[in-house]
Amino acid sequence: MEYILSTKNLGISFGGLKACENVNMDILPNEIYGLIGPNGAGKTTLFNIITGVYQPTWGDFYLNGERLTGLKQEKICNKGIARTFQNIRLFNNMTVIRNVMVGLTNKSEYKCTFFESMFRFRRHFKVEKEMREKAKEILDIFGLLPERNNLACNLPYGMQRKLEIARALATSPKLLLLDEPAAGMNPNETMELVETIKLIKEKFNIGILLIDHDLKFVSGLCDRITVLNFGQVLAQGKVQDVLNNKDVIEAYIGRESD
Amino acid sequence: MKTPKKIKWKHFINYIVIGVFTLIFSLLSVTNSLDLLQKFLLEKIAISILLSVSLGLVVGFLGELSLGHAGFMCIGAYLGGKAASILEPILGSTLLTLTISLVIGGVSALISGLIIGLPALRLKGDYLAIVTLAFGEIVKTLFLNSSEDSFGGPTGINTPRFDNKYLFIVGFVLVLFMLFVIQNLIRSKHGRAITAIRDSEIAARATGINVVKYKLLVFALSAFFAGIAGVLYSYSNYTVQCTKFDYNYSIEILVMVVLGGMGNINGSIISALLITFLQVELASILTGNLAVLQNILYALVLILIVIYNNAPSLKGFRDKYNFKNLIKRLRKQKFDPSKEIDDEAKWDRVPTKIEMNEVLSLDIKVEESTLKPDKGDK
Repeated sequence: MEYILSTKNLGISFGGLKACENVNMDILPNEIYGLIGPNGAGKTTLFNIITGVYQPTWGDFYLNGERLTGLKQEKICNKGIARTFQNIRLFNNMTVIRNVMVGLTNKSEYKCTFFESMFRFRRHFKVEKEMREKAKEILDIFGLLPERNNLACNLPYGMQRKLEIARALATSPKLLLLDEPAAGMNPNETMELVETIKLIKEKFNIGILLIDHDLKFVSGLCDRITVLNFGQVLAQGKVQDVLNNKDVIEAYIGRESD
Repeated sequence: MKTPKKIKWKHFINYIVIGVFTLIFSLLSVTNSLDLLQKFLLEKIAISILLSVSLGLVVGFLGELSLGHAGFMCIGAYLGGKAASILEPILGSTLLTLTISLVIGGVSALISGLIIGLPALRLKGDYLAIVTLAFGEIVKTLFLNSSEDSFGGPTGINTPRFDNKYLFIVGFVLVLFMLFVIQNLIRSKHGRAITAIRDSEIAARATGINVVKYKLLVFALSAFFAGIAGVLYSYSNYTVQCTKFDYNYSIEILVMVVLGGMGNINGSIISALLITFLQVELASILTGNLAVLQNILYALVLILIVIYNNAPSLKGFRDKYNFKNLIKRLRKQKFDPSKEIDDEAKWDRVPTKIEMNEVLSLDIKVEESTLKPDKGDK
């Protein structure tokens, strides 16, 4: 079976500090995969490597068998890996619908050159209209349609999270990376988010890789997980097996006194 | 469900205003009712608008600070002016020469914008400002040290004349053209990408936007219009001397952009108009010994405008007497509380939200009634 994302001995060091080492992960298409670990375990660093923010020191990663190591951020995004950020990064001074439309910019079906836009060719109007319709469609899935003309910075926290996911999905990715999507949410919002993520998986038929600290959230959502500790893989596999692993319990809770 | 498409007048108002403005003054000019100074002032205004709106594209929409705008203008002025003085005897027609030299000046500035932009736009913030500042000075020094028969060295070059009855009309037609190009670009998917880069470059990259490509495009486009303004300047002044295009001139253009409001094209136009008007009028009124007062008054006016716009203690005054309220009052004479819509979607109208401006103004007064015990307690 072909994996959507596979990393081979992926690692990075910052001046001698090995933030990640020998990470091997294989994510199936249409799977929700969790990445957990204590603070400073290198989870976000791994995300940054996979999205091209950092170049890995060792190893490679492949999307559908295609080697993506060394590509720039925007290239990797266009190949089909979209992400959200731990601290929300929206285009704050733009309206909600425009945030999503930015995600549609680089898609081939909305191609329109600078020149065509500057001198208002017919293609410009056609493309703009289609983009607006598509953006509305995506916003509707997330229930953000009534808010479409508000500025992104005026939305409440939960909606901002959703908007960030909507924007990432607008780039029509094959794999979606969510960096602590439930951080700072209340239980109600978290429950809503679980539903949203399940909905995304069904509707868009994509693989999802997510980071979170909340074990309940992860175990309720993910099919398989990887546990990182000090940059190294501690355990990997089905959720229940991993969470009962002795090493994992030790890393999270501590050792039982003899 | 489809609603009939409304024409957004807001999008066209500046074309209309500038078009009418140009038409009125061209009629006055054709009937010989404008004197030399007024025509000169109009030319200057057109040049300032070209410069401020094009710099506003980089500073306001892309969010990068460029201090070398006068450098691009200098390249346009020299190359366009030189091309004009060579082409004039060959072509014979003044309008054709002007058109060709405008294209030459603009394109040469555009190419230099691309050349300086390729390495410089990898830098961020202050570093880019320093590089562009250095670029402006380099260009100036290059032309200063050019040989006598190429670009005239310190004496500069002379450019052929264009009937000053019509030169400002050409200037305003160029302003309209620039507005057409820049506003169309901003109101397209490319414009959205540019503003996205301004808001969050990291997120823009992660959304698949080619940041380098867009930055280069904006930089080159802005340089192109600066070059065109330079050619216009060379025609308006008859001579081009590189001492004009120094650091101060770049800052002056930046002042117009900042004063008009970042990312506000109409604001840039208005502030360019006002500042140029102020400068030219001050220069013509205060002559001789009083000339020292020019810069002092100019600075004073700028300081007053900045204070008026930002002082927290004037906030009440500003809210009461601003442009929006003026239009509202003209439209509707009386305030009707029953017509006030209670819009729940407006987040900034939640009454509990603390007004940040009031907190920052540091003049929070504790009401005296809260300090005294209530009368009923006694």
